[in-house]
Amino acid sequence: MSGVLVIMEQRGGAWNRMSWETLHAGQQAAAAMGVPCSAAVMGSGIGALAAELAAKKLDKVFAVDHAALGEYTADGFTAAAEQLVKAAGPSLVLLPHTYQVRDFAPKLATRFRRALVSDVTKVSVDGGALVAVRLLFQGKLNGDVRLPANEGPQFASLQAGAYRGDAVEAGSAAVENVTVTIDAGQIRQKPEAPFRESARAVDLTAAEIIVSVGRGIKEQDNIPMVEELAKALKAELAASRPICDAGWLPMERQVGSSGQTVAPKMYLAVGISGAIQHLVGMKGAKTIVAINKDPNAPIFEVADIGVVGDLFEVVPALTEELKKG
Amino acid sequence: MAALEVYLAVSGGATRARRGDDPMKIIVAIKQVPARDSVLRVNGPGTWIEDDDLTFEINEPDAYALEEALQLKEKHGGEVIVVCLGPSGAAQTIREALAKGADRAIHIEEQNVSGLGPLGVAEVLSKAVAAESPDLVLTGLQSDDLGSGQTGVVLAELLGWSSATIIMQVELTGDGIRVKRELEDGWFQYISMPMPAVLTIQSGINKLRYATLMGIKKAKTKEVKQLSVSGLAVSPGTAATVEKIYMPQKTKQTQLLEGPPAEVAAKLVEKLRFEVRVI
Ligand SMILES: Cc1cc2nc3c(=O)[nH]c(=O)nc-3n(C[C@H](O)[C@H](O)[C@H](O)COP(=O)(O)OP(=O)(O)OC[C@H]3O[C@@H](n4cnc5c(N)ncnc54)[C@H](O)[C@@H]3O)c2cc1C
Ligand SMILES: Nc1ncnc2c1ncn2[C@@H]1O[C@H](COP(=O)(O)O)[C@@H](O)[C@H]1O
Repeated sequence: MSGVLVIMEQRGGAWNRMSWETLHAGQQAAAAMGVPCSAAVMGSGIGALAAELAAKKLDKVFAVDHAALGEYTADGFTAAAEQLVKAAGPSLVLLPHTYQVRDFAPKLATRFRRALVSDVTKVSVDGGALVAVRLLFQGKLNGDVRLPANEGPQFASLQAGAYRGDAVEAGSAAVENVTVTIDAGQIRQKPEAPFRESARAVDLTAAEIIVSVGRGIKEQDNIPMVEELAKALKAELAASRPICDAGWLPMERQVGSSGQTVAPKMYLAVGISGAIQHLVGMKGAKTIVAINKDPNAPIFEVADIGVVGDLFEVVPALTEELKKG
Repeated sequence: MAALEVYLAVSGGATRARRGDDPMKIIVAIKQVPARDSVLRVNGPGTWIEDDDLTFEINEPDAYALEEALQLKEKHGGEVIVVCLGPSGAAQTIREALAKGADRAIHIEEQNVSGLGPLGVAEVLSKAVAAESPDLVLTGLQSDDLGSGQTGVVLAELLGWSSATIIMQVELTGDGIRVKRELEDGWFQYISMPMPAVLTIQSGINKLRYATLMGIKKAKTKEVKQLSVSGLAVSPGTAATVEKIYMPQKTKQTQLLEGPPAEVAAKLVEKLRFEVRVI
């Protein structure tokens, strides 16, 4: 087959939501290329997941079921995916840009002497070649990567939110079992059970208004200024990752892909640049307000209301205005 | 080096049989990137940014990777070597790493790093790393400029070594390591694996140290080995590279509020009260 192969991600029988977005991207890219789109699921005891995929508009569903794939390991999944790609023979392999994919997809691509084109927001076809748009400089710039469409598999991983998971076309497809050989003794990574650090004392997901502070605040001593604004708005205080890494606010107030995902009525971002890992945690807010001195900061791409200015002037003025009542 | 060590050739790299209490040899891959608050402008042909007037610094997670290596060395003894593939100007970032405590450095000088593509970069680094046969290689999990998020993993694959990504803790377990890997949504997982291994380090894994005056002085006398891409016998251009860069297109209509701070604040509060209706 020459076509698009989407490798879906599941853990313990539950899909990673980003897989559906990638599947939609796959369907769209395949249509533009005039080739079929197939999907694959890897794991142990994944019959039900394969059946669910079989109700989508796909050429084939590849089920890679193996006892050694019950728990994710980089070696196990790379070995399985390599055999899958060889069996399916696609010209383009798409994966969601998840933490798991970051862990094994670069190895997979290397086995085919390819570079994984990561963090892709769009795949299109231009004169017989594939063009993948990817994020550069933490989302401040975009870059086009051109890939030959017919020279064996190309690999790309798609960023969260780039395509709509709810727009996957329904249909029907046959399930094909792909038998892979994995020598469990060759798997070097020995994983333990995933866990969550101590229970969260702060539930940001329940907050109606969130004031979130980023590295633009410069110093820990300046945090109270934003705290005061949060108080005046009766808002919860949240932060971007570097603020929590530095210990200026506790980890449980971190918003983003490795922190909490929130969808308040209003999210006010103060001195936050808007890296994708932050955006995925707050894009769902009803109204996004951003204060940033850089007019080109990616946060303004998602903001409904923007203030381009110095937060050290704007924040106190705002607090004062709110106190007027 | 101890006489007990056995060298094996494995897929281009060398694997060393390490004993539990042997000192650790750790390589840290550091990249120099434009400073965080840089104003980025696309260059004339639209192939990369205009970088003549920018200031540069160490890629953020790489600083954490270096710190982790220095702490491992302090605990277990051994050597920390930094390797950097970058332009001549990267010498500054290398000096800073030496000032913080790295023992020596390898500078593979190349003006056009982004032109090598992620596979090319990893290939070049793999040659330099293989020649040192370290126990552990630490990289950042992602570079701030290219952001491929894969150099370390590809490096491991090229060397035939184990790897793990987005690491928040590293401990030695006899002849192997046990690492804490970050998962999505605040989840974590411990993974054990043998060495040699490549780990990609996440920002925030430790507290960064500052270089001391003594460190800065000492750095001047430390070895910086100069290598070149051609000298390492890799043919660049094997990978997909970025052919055009540009500002992202705005997809959302943003109402921009302008004026003196007090005026902007008044406008914003009015909007929050009557349009957004959150106060
Ligand atoms: C695997 C992975 C997971 C991650 N998980 C998360 C996560 O869960 N959450 C998260 O937030 N990040 C996460 N990150 C990090 C993310 O990529 C960014 O590095 C981070 O979000 C940047 O934080 P920031 O916007 O506060 O800082 P910066 O990017 O440094 O931005 C600071 C901003 O402040 C502005 N500014 C500076 N001074 C002023 C001033 N005086 N007035 C107004 N504005 C000013 C600047 O213009 C800039 O836009 C993750 C990264 C990776 C690779
Ligand atoms: N040119 C380079 N020189 C040294 N290390 C690099 C280079 N490029 C990438 N790295 C390392 O690989 C990590 C991931 O980079 P990337 O794959 O570009 O996101 C970085 O954090 C560095 O540790």
